[in-house]
Formats: sequence, C-alpha cells, structure tokens
Amino acid sequence: MTQRARNWLLIAPSGALLLVMLVLPLSFVFVFSFGERGPSGGYVPAFTLEQYANLPARWTAFKNTLILAPLGTLAALLIAYPLAYQLAVRTDPKWKTLLLVLVIVPFWTSILIRSYAWIYILGGQGIPALLGSIGIENVRLIYTPFAVTIGIIYGYLPLMVFPIYVALDRLDMRLLEASGDLGARPMTTFLRVTLPLSVPGVATGCMLVFILLMGEFLIPALLGGGKVFFVGNALVDLFLQSRNWAYGSAVAFTLIVIMLITVTIYMRLIARLQTGREDVAVM
Amino acid sequence: MKYDRGVLNDASTAVAELRHVSKRFGDVDAARDLNLSVASGEFLSFLGPSGCGKTTALRMLAGFETPSDGEVLIDGAVVNTLEPFRRPVNMVFQSYALFPHLSVFDNVAYGLRQRRPRLSRAEIAEKVSRTLDVVRLGDFGARRIWEMSGGQQQRVALARAIVNEPKLLLLDEPLAALDRKLRKAMQIELQDLQRQLGITFILVTHDQEEALSLSDRICVMRDGRIVQIGTPRELYDAPASRYVADFVGSSNFLEGRIGRITSGHADFTGVSGHSFSGQAGPGIEEGASGTLSLRPEQINISRRQLEGGHAVTVQNRIFLGEHTEYVVRHDEIGTFIVLASRRAEDREPPLDAGTQAYIAWNPDAALILRAD
Repeated sequence: MTQRARNWLLIAPSGALLLVMLVLPLSFVFVFSFGERGPSGGYVPAFTLEQYANLPARWTAFKNTLILAPLGTLAALLIAYPLAYQLAVRTDPKWKTLLLVLVIVPFWTSILIRSYAWIYILGGQGIPALLGSIGIENVRLIYTPFAVTIGIIYGYLPLMVFPIYVALDRLDMRLLEASGDLGARPMTTFLRVTLPLSVPGVATGCMLVFILLMGEFLIPALLGGGKVFFVGNALVDLFLQSRNWAYGSAVAFTLIVIMLITVTIYMRLIARLQTGREDVAVM
Repeated sequence: MKYDRGVLNDASTAVAELRHVSKRFGDVDAARDLNLSVASGEFLSFLGPSGCGKTTALRMLAGFETPSDGEVLIDGAVVNTLEPFRRPVNMVFQSYALFPHLSVFDNVAYGLRQRRPRLSRAEIAEKVSRTLDVVRLGDFGARRIWEMSGGQQQRVALARAIVNEPKLLLLDEPLAALDRKLRKAMQIELQDLQRQLGITFILVTHDQEEALSLSDRICVMRDGRIVQIGTPRELYDAPASRYVADFVGSSNFLEGRIGRITSGHADFTGVSGHSFSGQAGPGIEEGASGTLSLRPEQINISRRQLEGGHAVTVQNRIFLGEHTEYVVRHDEIGTFIVLASRRAEDREPPLDAGTQAYIAWNPDAALILRAD
C-alpha cells in the first residue's frame, strides 16, 4: 500500500463521520431554509426566500446573542486570566494539580443543576434579599441580561482558564528574569513579555467559549426566563414547539454564516498580532 | 594568553563586592561566607561543579536572589534588596532566554527602551545596529530568533546585554550549549569583546579550560564556599588543595603522610612506603596526612634508566596530537598519567603498551598538599 493510500485510509473514518454528521445535515438545513412550513408543521419542498425575509422577526434573539456572547467571552477572559496566571506562575508546583482539579470540579455536576442553583442565588430569596436586609431594596437580578452573563461566566470559566493556564505554564520564567534584568519594571514585563506570549492560550480560550456561546440556549432559558433569549432558544422554539422547520433552518443557517464571518475576522486579527510566529496555532 | 594583568584589589575601584555573603534555600546552604572583590575591567570566573554555588553567587549579583547574610555591593553601594531592573548590571543567560516573540533588533533594543528619560527612536536604532555590528550580526536585525543558529543566538544574547553598557556583565554558562569548535571561537570573541568594551565580566562555568583561557582571575568554588581565588597560572602552579589541583588541569595524586617541612619544601611518605620530596603547599602540617600532586606533563618518561627514576610498565598509549598520553603502572606506588610532548618523541620513538620504562620528575614539580 502506498503512503498516500494509507493516509486516505487513516482519515476515512473521521471523513465519513464528518460527511454524515456535519456536511449532510448542513446541506439539509441549507435546502430546508428555502422551503415552506407544512400545514401541520415540518417541511414542504419549495423555493422561496420568504423565510429569510422573515428573519427580522427574530431580531431580538440575534441581538441578544451578538451582544451577550462577545460580552460573556470578554468577562470570562478578564476573570480567567488572573486565575490562570496565579495558578501557572505563582503557585507552588505541588499545589498546582489540586487547584486545577478544583477548577473542573463544577463540571462533575450537570450544567442544568448548576444553573438552577443560580436561579435561587439571584432570585428573590437570594442576593436581593441579602441586599434588602442592609437597606438596598428592589434589586432585581434574575431574568436579566446580568443574570445570563453571570451564568455564562460561571459555566464557561474553566474552558477559558485551561488554555490560558497551559500557555502561561509553558512560559519560560527566565524570560521574565531577562526582562527585569534589562531594566523593565514588573508591569512592563507583564505587558511586553507575559501577555504577548500567552496570546495563543487567550485566543484558543476565547474562540472555544465564543463559539459555544453562540449556540447556547440553556443558560438564557433558565436565567433569562424567556426575557433574555438567544438564537439557540429561538431554534429550540422553532423546531420543537412551532415545528416551523423551514424558518428554523433559515435562522440556523444565518447564525452559521454570522459565526463563520466573525471567526474568520477573529483569526485574521490574531494572526496579525502574532506576525511571523511559527510556534503559535490558534485551536 | 594574559596571565599577569595587574589585579586591583583596591576597594575604591571594585565594581562588585561580596562581603560575608551567604544564601540558604530551606536547609540547603547554597553559598557560605563568600568574600570577593571584582576590579573594574576585570574578567573573573566562578569555576566549580554543578551545585557548588557559583550560579547562586551570580544571581545575587544580578538581583534575582537576596542574600541570607552579608552584603552585596555594586559600585560601592549595598544592593542586597535592590530589584534587578534597578541594577546597572546585565546578564547573559544560560540558553540565552531570548524573547521568542520579538525580532533580533527588538530583542537587542529591549533594554534601551526601558531607559528613562526615553531615548529617541534614532538613538535606539543607532545603538542597536552598532552593537549588532560588534557581534557580527549586522544584517540580522529583522530576523526572528528561531531563524538563528545556536551560535548566532548566543551573539544576540550578548548584544542584548552589552548594548546597555552595564557596569558589570554576568555570564551564566554562556557557551555550554555550543559545540566544541563554536565554543572555542566564541571564547576568543568574548575575550576580544571584553577588552574592546572594557566592561567587567563575571563568568560562571564548570569548564576549567574555558575559565583558564578567558579569565584574569578564577574563583574556584566547592559546596557553596570559595576555596581559592587566583590567576589561572597561580591556580595551576600553586593549587591550595587537592580539590583545586584536580579541578584546574589534571594531576596525579599520591596519598600519604607529610614528613619534615623546611623552607618551603616538605618530605612525604606515600602509602606504598616510598619517600618523596616536593614543594610545601599552604597550610600543611608535619605528621598529618596529605596528598602529593604531580602534573602529567612534569613527568619524564624513557626506556633508559633515569636518575632517581621509578621502573614502570606502560599500560596504555593515547595519541592526542601535540601530546602523547601514557598510562603507566608502578607495582607499588600505583598508576601515573604521563604527558609526553611531540618533541620528546623526536629523541625516542613512542613506547608501546607492555614496554618497561622509567619515569622521573624534578622534586620541585611535586606539590605536597593538605588532605581535603
């Protein structure tokens, strides 16, 4: 068998999987998005742009997703970076493993249950009650964009911490010493050495969290309480409740296109930030 | 070679000084009571095996470690707790620690850009390109670090440090990662550079040859202590202990007891019962156990009976180019390494293994040292 044939054979299983599980369904979605809703739901073949013309009806879902997904990613990054830095750079190696495990411990419980916990914490008997007892009345947290953001940060923090941790853990401490030796103050060292060298981890973490957030529906459903809903919620609604597959496909396909454009721009930006570095791979 | 450059010990010209400096890490004494004064423009080496404290000493001068006891002075001021970025000192790191995300130019410019008041863009460019020329990397400014070979990276690291015109340049095993030939070439470059710039160099190395060929003075360390400081020639000709004799150059050692000591000479009785005499090393005592040290090149070897010679059997012959090394065995005294020069071979053909021969040496060439 030639090397070439062997290579093809090796990628055949994953190729077949991708074809059946990704390319084929996506093609269906694409075709369906030009169809019509059947009388009792589902899909009737047709060629119409009506579904796409109706997209503005779901504008709020797109708006929420496109605001809260980047915002949630940024918030998770701002909280995860110092945490990852502390773990990777400042922590005694003998404690590192234990602390890393603590970061993933929440994953051992279902996100559903953990989000329910937040309903209670942010709900009337939680933090608002606590604030009320010190005289700050009428604070409403649950079913607000704030609650959804909190849920997002909580749920996605570990996904952000890990790639950044790995990047910082690989950082050669002598580079930091060299920077200090050359006269740089600690803050300058951080901005000019630590931060640029951890960009690969930051890029991976942001990409991971952002892509998953774009399709998120559980957290907005629970903590947004139907007031703050994402495109994901719209899709659940369209496919499962109103059984309007054609319109759902148009919404889904639009989301995919938006995601492709955003991620492409993002990769370009990161690549420019990393000009010429070969030791960097984004995802 | 430069053996006799006047070594200044006047405190007023000392660029760096260690006064009773100790450093403990937990219950490990990394450095114990180090005392040293480094003169301006001097090339000093810390020499010793790994774990002897030489790197700790260097890191205390750079400011990466704070001494547990004693004082570190730079330019006459105590700097014990002064942060590295405030010290007029630069370091060339082992395996260089170059910034992988910056170009060669930006690596070299890094220190200049930290200066306050700020240097102009033109000034920085001028200094960087001049320094890159000095290390013969004039055309490499735009290159990325990973595009450079090991030897080139070494020179970038050097340029990054010297561009700041430090009072003191610290070099932590800077040549250890290079192959032998490149190391030789870089040694010469380092020496030229040091003379050209007049910067005080402190080098840490475990390579005695490197220390011998580069330094004005060598500071031999063991277990966190300085065991001897001197010029390379002093250390080679008059090692204060067996440890130094063994670490600086190579030597034959005979164990035994020290006999009568008279005006710089001492008698010595080996464990084999044979009597020798030699120069008295420092701090030896009559009747104490000691070591006789004899450099391999100080021993003559011949087929013919030599005056006062010892009969030996040649066990092995190793051709080393300009020298031939013999391993010979005396039935009672033991094994000797003998280094015969090519010129000696002109008079007498090389000896084969198994040949009977005689070895002899001038009693003044033997050194009687105290046991370590």
